[in-house]
Amino acid sequence: MSDMKYTNDHEWIKVDGDAALIGITTYARHALGDLVFLELPEIGRKVNKGDDFAVVESVKAASEIYSPVSGEIVAVNDNLADNLDDLKEDLDKGWIVKIKMDDPGEADGLMDKSGYDSYTEGLE
Amino acid sequence: MLKTPLHDVHLVLKAKMAEFAGYEMPINYEDGVMAEHHWTRKKAGLFDVSHMGQVIFEGPGAADFLETLTPSNIKGLKDTQARYTVLMNEQGGMVDDLIITRLGEEKFFAVINAGCKDKDLKWFESHLPEGITMTHLETRALVALQGPASEKVISQVLEVDLSDLDYMHIYEHSQRCFFSRLGYTGEDGFEISVPEEDAQALWDKLSAHQDVKPVGLAARDSLRLEMGYPLYGHDIDDTTSPVEAGLRWILRKDGLESCIGADRILKEKENGTDRKRVGFKITGKGIAREGADILTKTGEKVGDVTSGGFSPSLQVAVGQGYIADHTLNVGDEVLVRVRGREIEAVIAKMPFVPAKTKTAKKQQAA
Repeated sequence: MSDMKYTNDHEWIKVDGDAALIGITTYARHALGDLVFLELPEIGRKVNKGDDFAVVESVKAASEIYSPVSGEIVAVNDNLADNLDDLKEDLDKGWIVKIKMDDPGEADGLMDKSGYDSYTEGLE
Repeated sequence: MLKTPLHDVHLVLKAKMAEFAGYEMPINYEDGVMAEHHWTRKKAGLFDVSHMGQVIFEGPGAADFLETLTPSNIKGLKDTQARYTVLMNEQGGMVDDLIITRLGEEKFFAVINAGCKDKDLKWFESHLPEGITMTHLETRALVALQGPASEKVISQVLEVDLSDLDYMHIYEHSQRCFFSRLGYTGEDGFEISVPEEDAQALWDKLSAHQDVKPVGLAARDSLRLEMGYPLYGHDIDDTTSPVEAGLRWILRKDGLESCIGADRILKEKENGTDRKRVGFKITGKGIAREGADILTKTGEKVGDVTSGGFSPSLQVAVGQGYIADHTLNVGDEVLVRVRGREIEAVIAKMPFVPAKTKTAKKQQAA
């Protein structure tokens, strides 16, 4: 998990070549409360950095999940829709989409684990 | 931001706090909204609703005065009896919804929404006849205990026997403390009004009981949503009339003419309305919240969702809204459009979950 990168909006991204897995952080998962529904995108959809590509619904509210990079969605973790507890910082089970990045270096500037941890501490 | 007298208690309990109607309020506690919701239905949930306004009206003709402001039968209220009603505006819309309780021949107690307090108080003030006094009980707290264990808990920890208190009635235990058997959850339960300096002691006593857990505003909303109760500012507002909101049952049979905005009500009772409030259950996948479109099965827009969310009891999404198509009724299939996606739903009877208030229980037994 050490080479995951993180956004201010609490997504994580794991880059491997020009492909990236994207999910939401355990911090976000906790802040959202009880999750009841996940709306997943279609494979093949093009996203720009900052676009929302999925929506997670808790009892209280709907929250958008934003893409930290631009590219094309090449895989979707359909398994999550019925296993919302898996939505966390977990490369095997918790990824939401796989994106083929237009610019494989786009995620380089994002926070690393320790940067993200101090960022969330500042939010408390 | 304003704080209730129980604000420190919520912080100690590590509640997730957020602004609501100008107050910093607990949204949920550590157990989370789902657990708090189920606990209220099974045992007893403890709510701080001190942000709501408490007002006393007293003086000769107080009942007549309240009948000019509301379309309900206030004069017919028996001593200690409470009634749900609305404040009407000149256009036949609603200024607020509220509960009015008769405390005496010429004395009434009203509980109004937090978000409408300033507006309501001005409204009352501007219509107040000479001889009737209005007292805003600003230094009182309001705590709700809701759920099947409520009566037992109060008898055990406060040593107050409320077994003879009927639904929608008040018991003035003392000048300091009164219990109303009502609430916003559909469960048996009580709202307890005490001076603010007594609030923490009351909260501590109640919450020490093993059947009691604190419940925040998020579960308060999912509980009321399951009951199909309208939420002011969302499901009803200053443009909606009691007739289109499905609140005909609050209208008094005689003398409705004396109420502000009665023209529209009388016209709508006679000729019908352009739109009506309905409940719906999602049968597809997703959740429709306020602002989503309601469509016919063939995709024609007929209305808007005014509130919606996930029902923890039913484990499906439910909601309410207004539709302009009177041919659509309970059982009919519709679509709701959420972020451009159309989801199957069905018009459903409200409440979505049967009420378990004291009267409702009696009716079931009979």
